[in-house]
Amino acid sequence: MPDVNFIVDGQKLTAPAGTLLIDACKSAGIEIPAFCYYPGLSLQAACRMCVVRIEKAPKLATACTTTVAEGMNVTTESPEIAQARKATLQLLLGNHPLDCPVCDAGGECELQDMTFKYGAADSFYTEPKNHREEQKWSPVVYFDRPRCILCYRCVRMCGEGMDVFALGIQNRGSSSVIAPNVPSQLASLLNAGADQAQLDCEQCGMCIDACPVGALTSGTYRYKTRPWEMNHVATVCTHCGDGCKTTLGVRSVSDGSEIVRGDNRDKSGMNGDFLCNKGRYAFDFTNNIERLTSPLVRQADGKLKPVSWDEALKFTGKKLRELRDTRGPQSIGVIGSNRTTNEENYLLQKFARTVLGTNNIDHHRTADFVTLANALQGTTGRFASQRNVENAQALLVIGGDPTNQAPLTAWNLRTNVRLNKARLYIANHEEIKLRRQAKDFIQVQQFGYGSLASYLAGNNAAAEGASIVAQADQLSNFRTAIQAEEKLIVLIGNEVRGGELANLIKALPNARFALMADYVNSRGASDMGLLPDALPGYQPLSGSALANEYTAPTAPGLDLLAMFDAATRGDLSALYVVGSNPIKRFGIDPFALKDTFFIVQDLFLTETAQIADVVFPAANLYEKAGSVTNSYGDLQLVSKAADKAGTRSDFELIVRLADHMGHDIKTLVPFGKGLRADMGQSRGAQSGEADRHAVWLMANNMEPKLSPFDPFAILDEIQRVVPGYDKLLRLQLLSGNDQHIAPASTGLVQIENRKDLVLPSSDTLFTSGSLTRYSPMLQDVQRHQETEVADHLAAD
Amino acid sequence: MPTLVSHPDEVKVVSRRFGLGAEAIDKYIELDGYKAVQKAIEQGPEWIVNEMKASGLRGRGGAGFPTGMKWSFVPKVSEKPKYVLVNGDESEPGTCKDHVIFLHDPHAVIEGTMIAGLAIGAKMGFIYLRGEYRYLLKIVEKAVADAYAKGILGKNIFGKEGVDFDIITQTGAGAYEVGEESALMESLEGKRGVPRIKPPFPAVVGLYGGPTVINNAETIANAPHILLMGGEAYAKLGSERNGGTRLFGISGHVERPGVYELPMGYSLRKAIYEVAGGIKDGKQLKAVVPGGSSCPVLKADEIDVGLDFDQMGKAGTMLGSGGIVVLDETVSIVEFALRTIRFYQHESCGWCIPCREGTDWLKKTLTRFHAGGGNKKDIDNIQYLAENMMGRTFCPLGDAAAMPTLGFIKKFRSEFEEYLAGARVEHPLIQIQPVGEPELAGAH
Repeated sequence: MPDVNFIVDGQKLTAPAGTLLIDACKSAGIEIPAFCYYPGLSLQAACRMCVVRIEKAPKLATACTTTVAEGMNVTTESPEIAQARKATLQLLLGNHPLDCPVCDAGGECELQDMTFKYGAADSFYTEPKNHREEQKWSPVVYFDRPRCILCYRCVRMCGEGMDVFALGIQNRGSSSVIAPNVPSQLASLLNAGADQAQLDCEQCGMCIDACPVGALTSGTYRYKTRPWEMNHVATVCTHCGDGCKTTLGVRSVSDGSEIVRGDNRDKSGMNGDFLCNKGRYAFDFTNNIERLTSPLVRQADGKLKPVSWDEALKFTGKKLRELRDTRGPQSIGVIGSNRTTNEENYLLQKFARTVLGTNNIDHHRTADFVTLANALQGTTGRFASQRNVENAQALLVIGGDPTNQAPLTAWNLRTNVRLNKARLYIANHEEIKLRRQAKDFIQVQQFGYGSLASYLAGNNAAAEGASIVAQADQLSNFRTAIQAEEKLIVLIGNEVRGGELANLIKALPNARFALMADYVNSRGASDMGLLPDALPGYQPLSGSALANEYTAPTAPGLDLLAMFDAATRGDLSALYVVGSNPIKRFGIDPFALKDTFFIVQDLFLTETAQIADVVFPAANLYEKAGSVTNSYGDLQLVSKAADKAGTRSDFELIVRLADHMGHDIKTLVPFGKGLRADMGQSRGAQSGEADRHAVWLMANNMEPKLSPFDPFAILDEIQRVVPGYDKLLRLQLLSGNDQHIAPASTGLVQIENRKDLVLPSSDTLFTSGSLTRYSPMLQDVQRHQETEVADHLAAD
Repeated sequence: MPTLVSHPDEVKVVSRRFGLGAEAIDKYIELDGYKAVQKAIEQGPEWIVNEMKASGLRGRGGAGFPTGMKWSFVPKVSEKPKYVLVNGDESEPGTCKDHVIFLHDPHAVIEGTMIAGLAIGAKMGFIYLRGEYRYLLKIVEKAVADAYAKGILGKNIFGKEGVDFDIITQTGAGAYEVGEESALMESLEGKRGVPRIKPPFPAVVGLYGGPTVINNAETIANAPHILLMGGEAYAKLGSERNGGTRLFGISGHVERPGVYELPMGYSLRKAIYEVAGGIKDGKQLKAVVPGGSSCPVLKADEIDVGLDFDQMGKAGTMLGSGGIVVLDETVSIVEFALRTIRFYQHESCGWCIPCREGTDWLKKTLTRFHAGGGNKKDIDNIQYLAENMMGRTFCPLGDAAAMPTLGFIKKFRSEFEEYLAGARVEHPLIQIQPVGEPELAGAH
């Protein structure tokens, strides 16, 4: 679009023709108030707050529906305009309950702000306000109807943004009210006097987020606190592999600090507007009463008993050292986590390889990143980032179900299709929800992804095994269409791995790829070398500079399952599990570990922790600083939001264990290079959404790393030794930005006939591995979906 | 069936077949029916539009937009199908002109629709009747069916190869708001009847996204007559820039209420005192609402004005829908204002704040005022509310509620003041059952 010149409040402005006046003004720093306008959603022009005076126009015009035109002369503030806005506010406030002192939105309310600005404080109505009772639509969504100003943001967010269409408008005129759309069979029940409508949706809370007032409130947060009583700490969600930024509202309590809210209020992260159910609400496991707050050691009577930190660490360090020295490093196994930070993962494998002296290290793998890195060796720019999904013109999703597995990816795909008309192709064995946005959909045979890869590579004979198609030429048209795409982003679910993944990548030589993994740091766990056959950055166990530095064994160690096999044979003297629940996840017989000294670090007494000899209470991702890498390889920093008395970060625990084993921890953590006193504990400690203190220290080259527990000392080492992580823009990251990381294109470990050992977590929108059962919210939502909604439907 | 009225001053164009049995297709054809459309097929779109422009016909729904110009806005070439839409959602209180057309001359609407279709290159038309006109649907549907049976509608109409036209009838579900053209399209598409953002205007993006001409039923019914008599001849019937004649529904306190077809520019005074026979029972005239309930009221001394769009505009009111409501001296303006606002409050779609909340507060305040609980400040508040609704709403419904209210307050302020002092008319307002307010309860 060509640029046009126009004048706003006397300022000469230029913007592309077709730009909405309200957006053009915003870009120029002129704010026009609006309730119903929401960037990216369809226009409403319903609130009439954005009225402006356009020269020669007969009446005030709405800036949200006016596009800029050459020579347009606009006034955005004048007595006339202020009066129009004031009158609109007076009308709104006429029926508004004005219960601001107890309203969740008090202090964060657009209606309050506007009233403050235009001074519509005088009321001249004597009639009773229209009142309606508050409704509970689901465990996480409450609707206080009198507070609603009917801006329809929630309706549009749910329909256009989420493609769920769970909300609509009932009645008309002053009786209009937002209400859940209910299936007809449920509606008949409602008319018969059944309960109020229940929200059958993805429970994402986007409606609440978009609500400019306190009409929609969240079940986990409502009436808990006032916004200004919280500190707001921006960090990264622990749940899926998308790595959304979430801003946690934190309040001091007697035993530390407590997270009371999750949202994305400054919309600065790569998730922009978006957060899903888990990102928004499923922080509540951190406050669960079952959190471990003391080390446990198994006593002679076979019971786990709380002991002091000193006792537990001394005992464990001594025992581990003994076992290493008597039964040999190769008799010890280490299992890491896909929810711990990069620094912790790096440290853990370094601990295994240099302190214990073994390659017996693994984690619960949820995507085959080793094959991806390997297949893309020798190329550059072939790893897709989450940002690509936002704006790529063509995308192919093979396997997986982003809606359930990677909600931000699904949001970006939908938004990209809706706003940018991106072409989305989907190949899946099921008719996933995103099919509604797809230009073309191919139903893959169960276990037919290998054949599909082969077919895409040109093997026509593989067609039959690849797909269930309605028409003969459907599959070939699909192949032709995606091959014609010059810049294709390919997202691959965890159905595709190993040789099939390599074939698929070969079949699409110009495309960029990303794997959809589960949990916040699956990619980081792989990248940081929680693998028995590769060092950090997928470097080989021998020959690389890092291998020489480590002087660790050069033969691959035991993988996760082999460790348990070894334990069953009595060959595993000790097993150290950090933040993982393999007993449950892999269905391991607990008796396999009866002769193994078993150390577990976790938040809860999981199935795995229950059979351990020593259990250390660990901090979770929201209680520590560091960095994580999402499925795409986008690295972000996490900040310490909350604090739980009695727990310690996995980082600290690993360092302390090494210390108690008699290891020189300076060789493990290169600390002591900073200029100032130990400030590691203050990092990210609730100093605002971007950690300005840390940014300032970094910018002045004064970052303190005097503590052996400072993850940033390890981040320095990661930058030094892990290819791909060598060019981190630390200032950018500290400011809350993300940076895309790709493995090195040369010098990677060679793999042949490798067991990928990928076990998809199969999480839904309302589960998150072992954390699910410790989140009351997730439990409630599951119950809601299974009973309230399902019951009504079944009753038909 | 209501009795037809007539008066020697009437100039019968659109009403010329009323009462002659023209709802039967054979009778309609006998009375020159479907000649205009055949002429239109022969002469082509450009000729049709030119004749329409020459006729000076202005939209009979109330806005008075020149019809020929509206038709000429439709792009010649369109990827999406074009449509003709007949707005028969006649809901403005005091208006009953489309009603008589559907009743007495449904084929004129069908023929007019076809002509509009030929003019813009549409092959499909929709006739949308207000929900309360469901009883007229039978008549219109029969007329459409008869036209299909005669080969007048459908494929290759009048035996002309490649000339197709279809008509679909649809009723609303009882919403005044749907009379607004874009809300009507939403309703027709099966959605909530709320207006669309304009631009784009229907001529470019209308029904189902296709270029659409939407006209009032009376406007459409005029088209065949214009093509037969010629645009210029039609124009000469009316006043300057206001071509032709118009159906005026005169109701209220007159001796002979009814729908009369009068030339544009005809004197309002004559319409009341001569055509409609003067004020009922020899009472005095108090006020006139000249074009449907949304038009600002005229006082008894303001009726020396010609009934056309421009003269009425100059007089500070509107020609509107042609529904002239005559009020005699017994009418309480306070009560009339309340009745008017109750209608708009009930019919507000709720989309935008000034209309949704404004009509509600106007109703609440006027209700209390009417019940005797008012005070002087209320009069100012009512005026303030109405002034702040004017021009601020998403669609003209807000204006339609504010304009008459302002008229009543400005022209009859003293009556409001006297009402406070006890000069109240002692007949209770008829109670209207609230609809769609199941959970409203006065609390807080």
